[in-house]
Amino acid sequence: MGVSVDETVSTGPVRDHTPPARRLGGRGRSVLEVALLTALAVVMLFPVLWMIETSIKENRDVYAIPAKFFDFKVTMDHFKDVFFASGGGRSALSVSFLNSVVVAGVSTVLATVLGVPAAWAYSRFAVKAKKDQLFFILSTRFMPPVVVVIPIFLMYRQVGLFDTKLGLILIYTAFNVPFTIWMMKGFVDEVPAEYEDAAMLDGYTRLQAFWRFTLPLLVPGIAATAVFALIFSWNEFVFAIFLTSSDTVRTAPPAIAGLIGGTTVDWGLVAAASVVFALPVLVFAYLVRKHLVAGVTLGAVRR
Amino acid sequence: MGTVAVHGLCKSFGKVQALDGVTLDVPDGSFFVVLGPSGAGKTTTLRAIAGLEKLDAGSVHLDGRDATGDAPAARDLAMVFQSYALYPRHTAYENIASPLRARRCSSSEVAAAVEQMSSLLHIERLLQRRPAQLSGGEMQRVALARALVRRPRAFLMDEPLTNLDLKLRVEMRTELTRIHRSLGGTFVYVTNDQVEALSMADQVAVLKEGKVQQVGTPTEVYERPANQWVAGFVGSPPISLLACHAEGDRLVGAEGWTLPRPRWTTAEDGRPLLLGLRAEDLSVEQRGNASLSGELYGLEPLGDRTVVDVRVGTEILKVKARPTVTGTPGERLLVTVDLDRVHLFDAGTGLALSEAGR
Repeated sequence: MGVSVDETVSTGPVRDHTPPARRLGGRGRSVLEVALLTALAVVMLFPVLWMIETSIKENRDVYAIPAKFFDFKVTMDHFKDVFFASGGGRSALSVSFLNSVVVAGVSTVLATVLGVPAAWAYSRFAVKAKKDQLFFILSTRFMPPVVVVIPIFLMYRQVGLFDTKLGLILIYTAFNVPFTIWMMKGFVDEVPAEYEDAAMLDGYTRLQAFWRFTLPLLVPGIAATAVFALIFSWNEFVFAIFLTSSDTVRTAPPAIAGLIGGTTVDWGLVAAASVVFALPVLVFAYLVRKHLVAGVTLGAVRR
Repeated sequence: MGTVAVHGLCKSFGKVQALDGVTLDVPDGSFFVVLGPSGAGKTTTLRAIAGLEKLDAGSVHLDGRDATGDAPAARDLAMVFQSYALYPRHTAYENIASPLRARRCSSSEVAAAVEQMSSLLHIERLLQRRPAQLSGGEMQRVALARALVRRPRAFLMDEPLTNLDLKLRVEMRTELTRIHRSLGGTFVYVTNDQVEALSMADQVAVLKEGKVQQVGTPTEVYERPANQWVAGFVGSPPISLLACHAEGDRLVGAEGWTLPRPRWTTAEDGRPLLLGLRAEDLSVEQRGNASLSGELYGLEPLGDRTVVDVRVGTEILKVKARPTVTGTPGERLLVTVDLDRVHLFDAGTGLALSEAGR
């Protein structure tokens, strides 16, 4: 690398000294970097690795002391237990996974369907007190769920939404809509309004112009936003545990948490359930990763 | 058929008054240019005609019918945007076809119309490309084709040539004039380039700070500017303005010079005036019927001519001269004035003095 640099910058004696020093410094730093990054990776990934290991260990190996890292017997029993009840039929856990899929999926779709047009409107139209409105929308997310869950619990009990999937869907949608509006407004701002102006002069209505010309350009942004909304709904714990009580309504996070407690804990089952719970979001994020990157860097690459 | 009339347009963006009572009358089939510096409200005027801007006050009449509240699609207009606004995910063909698709034309009609337009604008080989694969000039032609593919009431053009390089701009100027002649139709064309305005327009409206300063043919605007500002804005090099007042049959300059008073002026003695002198009505080569003396301040050779800056007192006169003219700064010069072609403005209001007697 250094040939042209050395020739232009320095003469003989300097060349004797700098390159070794630079190389040594470079190697020293990179060794340190690699060591630190490795340590960090191990610390970060060990729980995940341990979870995966535990999920495929036989119970004897799970409780072995000292812990077995490598020479354990592999079994898929825990995964079977996640989905099937011991007496046959579906397990309570599998029902909770299905509930999670329904609640997270529906609330994400709702938040997107409501939030994207709202973001478009806030981006395109002169709305009175626009900044105040947007701040108000954002402020609904200021309160931690734990703070608002008691009043919501009381209200839900009054109107019959307690322990219903609809109740969870509504509360997650309410949490995701502000997020969707804020994130999507940034994406809509990036799309020149003149495409819609041109479309309207071509003879389309304003909504047609949005639908045919702006919306397709927003797909990466919508994908990125929806993934974040989905992850929120999928992972949500506080509302789920307070606002549900029966196994038929409960979503996966409280259901998995419910496995821990009592006199003995089936760690193999907990680990297997956790693996199953983690997979869908990982797979989904992987599938839309192109859109995610494009969405997140949209502002940077456009102009 | 295609008349556009706007009356008393007012529009403000926050504290900025973009349009302040703009009234224009665009006759059917004319090439109507709205000229003004940036921020004059030209684009806002055009967007108001198109229905893209909600007005604070005023009305828009299309073909004599009040269209003030109509949606853009209902106005039957076509527009070329300064940024072209080509749909990025559509090919050039689909971009041009868009106005026809919106009107549910059959695909054979669309194909025929697109083909006709692309041959008129010489873009046949670009039709399958997307905007990102087109150069600025090519995008401009596609945008033009999209507007021209239909026969709307009027074509609105928002500085369509501004983003092109000089050579292309000159070329497209001729091309647009040719297109207007061959297609007919009403063109409302916005620009900040006075050369475009003077060379292409049937009628020019000069706009400044949301107010119409003057409407007229290019010749009228150039030869009879309504006020000092129009005189200064239209014409290159800019008109030279000298402070003076009338005294009997003389014009006496603030810098001490005197010239015979043009016979047509009606200004009473002592009223502060501005004498407007265009570069081509001045000469450093002894012609014309009166003269001012000054010293050579600088030379600007422009190839086909040289602009001589002459200092008269503290004011600079721009004089058009032959390209061969030479001189050294500081040299004494006699500038002759074609008195029949001078302009006089009231120094207070800036308005041109009545030239009825001319």
